[in-house]
Amino acid sequence: MTNFLLTPIILPFFTAILLMFAPKKVYYQRVVTLVSLILTTACAVYLIQTIHTEGIQVVTFGNWPEPFGITMVADMVAMLLVTTSVIVALFTVWYSFKSIGIEREKFFYYPGVLLMLTGVNGAFLTGDIFNLFVFFEVLLMASYLLSVLGGEKGQLRESIKYILVNVISSALFVITVAFLYSVVGTLNMADISVKIAELNQPGIITTIGVLFLIVFGLKAAIFPLFFWLPSAYAAPPIPVLALFGALLTKVGVYAITRTYTLFFVHDTGFTHTLLLVLSCLTILAGCIGALSTFNVKNIIIYNIVIAVGVILYGVAQMNEDGLMGAMFYIVHDMFIKASLFFLVGIMIVVTGTANLKKMGGIMRTYPTLAWTYLIAAFGLAGIPPLSGFIGKMLIVEGGLAAGNLWSSLWILLSSLIVLLSVIRIFIYGFWGEAKTLVPKESRTHYKQLLIPSMLLVLLTVAYGIGAEWITPYMQDAADVLLHPSVYTDAVLKE
Amino acid sequence: METLMVCLIGIFVVVATYLLLSKNLIRIILGTALLSHAVHLLILTIGEVKKGDVPLLKETPGPYTDALPQALILTAIVISFAVTAFLLVLAYRVYATNKTDNVEKLRGDEYE
Repeated sequence: MTNFLLTPIILPFFTAILLMFAPKKVYYQRVVTLVSLILTTACAVYLIQTIHTEGIQVVTFGNWPEPFGITMVADMVAMLLVTTSVIVALFTVWYSFKSIGIEREKFFYYPGVLLMLTGVNGAFLTGDIFNLFVFFEVLLMASYLLSVLGGEKGQLRESIKYILVNVISSALFVITVAFLYSVVGTLNMADISVKIAELNQPGIITTIGVLFLIVFGLKAAIFPLFFWLPSAYAAPPIPVLALFGALLTKVGVYAITRTYTLFFVHDTGFTHTLLLVLSCLTILAGCIGALSTFNVKNIIIYNIVIAVGVILYGVAQMNEDGLMGAMFYIVHDMFIKASLFFLVGIMIVVTGTANLKKMGGIMRTYPTLAWTYLIAAFGLAGIPPLSGFIGKMLIVEGGLAAGNLWSSLWILLSSLIVLLSVIRIFIYGFWGEAKTLVPKESRTHYKQLLIPSMLLVLLTVAYGIGAEWITPYMQDAADVLLHPSVYTDAVLKE
Repeated sequence: METLMVCLIGIFVVVATYLLLSKNLIRIILGTALLSHAVHLLILTIGEVKKGDVPLLKETPGPYTDALPQALILTAIVISFAVTAFLLVLAYRVYATNKTDNVEKLRGDEYE
């Protein structure tokens, strides 16, 4: 059944439609969303297994021959990201039950989450460049809704900036697709890859490559284009922030990875060096930001920027270690960012402030929260048995193999700053004398928030310890990224 | 013909950029509208404007103009239409809540 690869897109989509019929019945909304996300997770895991045993799954709508219809391609890169997104969305929805508030739940919060997931999964799975644009718009429209839902003063103010940046980057995306279409005359990604190989990548294709870097860099928040991210992400409530931080920038990172490993591989001298330099500068900017602020949300938000830089550094190496490391790191980062936002959200609930200087001594009253946070913080920094280690190690190995000694050392140094920035939250927030602890929320409320967060942290620990079992899947993903012919042969069936 | 179109698109982009950099929210939204016009015209232009009949198989003998860019524009138009509608309502709400339409004054403080 080849149509099975569409389940991660259509299941959330139809569930969202079902939910729109009864927006005021909160219990119905919660149960249906949870059931649908569990089903989607099961389908995604089954698909990963199918791809691992039978190779890349392809379906073209309407039985059109390959470059003419819209093709959906489920290779290991896309499926790993889809599965991670669905699991993160599942935990976010669970966390939302107690944190998002009944008013938002009655106003299409769950349909918003599911439609955003539809867009994200579609963007990962599509094999058509214009269809990628459409799925970007699907996920962006849903994210506009989520970022503005509630209508607080700050949310309204920041989301208009967020929307404007994305409208401009969408316009640039269409311009770039138009240029690419005028050069190669096709929209199917596999076909574009083949046509560019036939043209032997003239200068105009390199220009289009840089334009794509600008477009997706605006979505992914790379160095000169990350300016919108800190304020836009600080405004919405915590579950929405976790969803944005885990999924949205990663779609941009995935799009850069896909275009830079499938299209622009024949003249890597300029494009990939640019990507390498920009990724190092992205890490620098993120590090400065993470150390500059005492707002707990903003510290983690700047860590998103650092992680984007690290992943793209791995992609820029274009060797097996670098690409496999990037895949390991992107999946790790989606899990760990979501769990860190959950934990920071609980800290804000129990102290009533996001200002680190006003926190202190949370460990005395909430020891479980403190230790869970410490494990997540070590996981983010990449302390060996935990999840961040293997990805960063492979990325640095790839960097050394490609002869980039200094920038590889820079990646290692950035880990220290990441550790410093998250341990600062631990020291200021959890140690010391107890300050403003406002027990306005009951103890059971706190527990209901902690359970999904703890489970997600446990999942990242399992991901770190079980790296051995995941390696074959990552190997498949790196293989697709490293050899464009694997992808194009599977789609065009020559 | 293409050269003329590209010059026109360039003017659109210049005006749109100028409007986007202004301080008034409505001017900025007009800028995004102009930018989307420029984008749609660009898609039309890359499909070679000068030759070919209307792509209706029974009505005209052909050769036809490229039908694909027209489908792309149709999609892009409805998307930008929806986004602009959302943006206008949001601008209204921002004006009602924050009591200003000057983006310079739309700032928050760090720990809210």
